[in-house]
Amino acid sequence: MASKRDVNLTINGASHAVSIEPRRTLADVLRDDCGLTGTHLGCEHGVCGACTVLVDGRPVRSCLMFGVQAEGKTIRTVEGLADGDTLHPLQQAFWENHGLQCGFCTPGFLMLAAGALEENPEMSDNEIKDVLSSNLCRCTGYQNIVKAVRIAARELRARPRA
Amino acid sequence: MKPSAFDYFRPASLSEALALLAKYKDDCKILAGGQSLVPAMNFRLARPAILIDINDLGELDYIFADDNGLHIGALTRHAAFHRRVVDGPLGALLSKVARHIAHYPIRQRGTFAGSLAHADPASEWCLVATALNAAIVAKSIRGDRRISVGDFFNGTFATDLAADELLAEIHLPAMGPGWRTGFFEFSRRAGDFALGMALAALRIEDGIVREARLGVGGVADRAIRLESLEDGLVGHAASPELIDSIAREAWALVTPVGDIHASPEYRRDLIATAVRRALTEAAA
Ligand SMILES: Cc1cc2nc3c(=O)[nH]c(=O)nc-3n(C[C@H](O)[C@H](O)[C@H](O)COP(=O)(O)OP(=O)(O)OC[C@H]3O[C@@H](n4cnc5c(N)ncnc54)[C@H](O)[C@@H]3O)c2cc1C
Ligand code: FES
Ligand code: FES
Repeated sequence: MASKRDVNLTINGASHAVSIEPRRTLADVLRDDCGLTGTHLGCEHGVCGACTVLVDGRPVRSCLMFGVQAEGKTIRTVEGLADGDTLHPLQQAFWENHGLQCGFCTPGFLMLAAGALEENPEMSDNEIKDVLSSNLCRCTGYQNIVKAVRIAARELRARPRA
Repeated sequence: MKPSAFDYFRPASLSEALALLAKYKDDCKILAGGQSLVPAMNFRLARPAILIDINDLGELDYIFADDNGLHIGALTRHAAFHRRVVDGPLGALLSKVARHIAHYPIRQRGTFAGSLAHADPASEWCLVATALNAAIVAKSIRGDRRISVGDFFNGTFATDLAADELLAEIHLPAMGPGWRTGFFEFSRRAGDFALGMALAALRIEDGIVREARLGVGGVADRAIRLESLEDGLVGHAASPELIDSIAREAWALVTPVGDIHASPEYRRDLIATAVRRALTEAAA
């Protein structure tokens, strides 16, 4: 029986000391050990994207990484997207454009779009659609998700660079 | 839907990794991008007792081109190819092919070497390696071994790698500016594994094909290079008529497998279309 390890994770800027078995996926560590249940699990084999989080700025499937692998990395989850009470432009656009219905897939889509737009703020409409094809939604029919991300991309581009 | 317990090592150097592989052999597995291994572990289709995580081995994270071609280190992620990694036709081809592999987040973690070691018959990189005649460098404490791609794949999920060997580098032969390439893949949804795909590369001079590479993937237990059809292209103009007859020969030559996604007959027709489209793109 593999023993637990003490690991220190940096999530949304805060440090979390956890004691975990190596077999625990990052998704389970976030949800069960850190109490960050905004990251959802749909399929646990990389297909649905509900579990998407940012690791060192890049969107990844947190069901396909082990928690111990995240040591020393910068992790961002949907809980860290808003700035206090001010929603992130992506969250605002999802709200205003009906980009969610049941909301199960939403954290994954938000983190996917956030990471992709940080890598390339100039994504074309078609590139946005291609990136969004990574995740599954059983409610919206995707049109309003695509629309919301296009609008948020424009909004983010118009902002003065920090 | 949760992996069974395993011991976890994250070596800090290649020599440390090779020593662990030599010690644990069949009891251990290398963890690279984890995009094939971890789903299998979550389903408990794979239950390795020990994982050797190579993600800290910065010395394996490289791509460089020299006169001999392109050298791809084991930690090179699929996403590295979103941008052209080398000028000329090879860089353009790799960047086009990379976009057919799974989805953007999976490409951030999955590796070129992991795809070859995993040996899924529908893997795009396995087709690239096979059609372009790659060489594979395997390392172990016993020494280095250079394996020609023709001797590397033994069938679905099976390769020539020994239990103590790490696939350290893939070497793709150089492609001069005279080469043109084409790639066509058919899958049910964006990002799905290919039901059938073809890759063509032609060196055309004065309107005549001087050298040709042609391969198909996703249709048998491994990617296939169609050397006899390559010979049929060399010395001729790549006219629509010739391309048509090559596509028909591919139809006759390859015996595809059937599964729940597609019957052998369907795949056979798909091969002809994929070969025709890949060649047409290369000849354009
Ligand atoms: C939803 C989804 C869709 C996908 N679609 C596609 C697709 O369309 N096309 C495609 O090609 N792939 C697809 N993949 C698989 C993906 O490309 C994987 O990244 C790839 O198959 C394996 O690479 P990896 O680095 O993730 O390897 P891992 O999953 O870490 O390892 C896979 C196997 O290779 C071994 N291994 C890895 N690296 C080495 C090495 N350096 N030396 C020796 N052995 C090694 C491991 O021990 C393991 O047995 C998909 C995956 C998912 C989850
Ligand atoms: S839960 Fe991770 S991709 Fe579905
Ligand atoms: S809103 Fe329900 S799954 Fe997307």
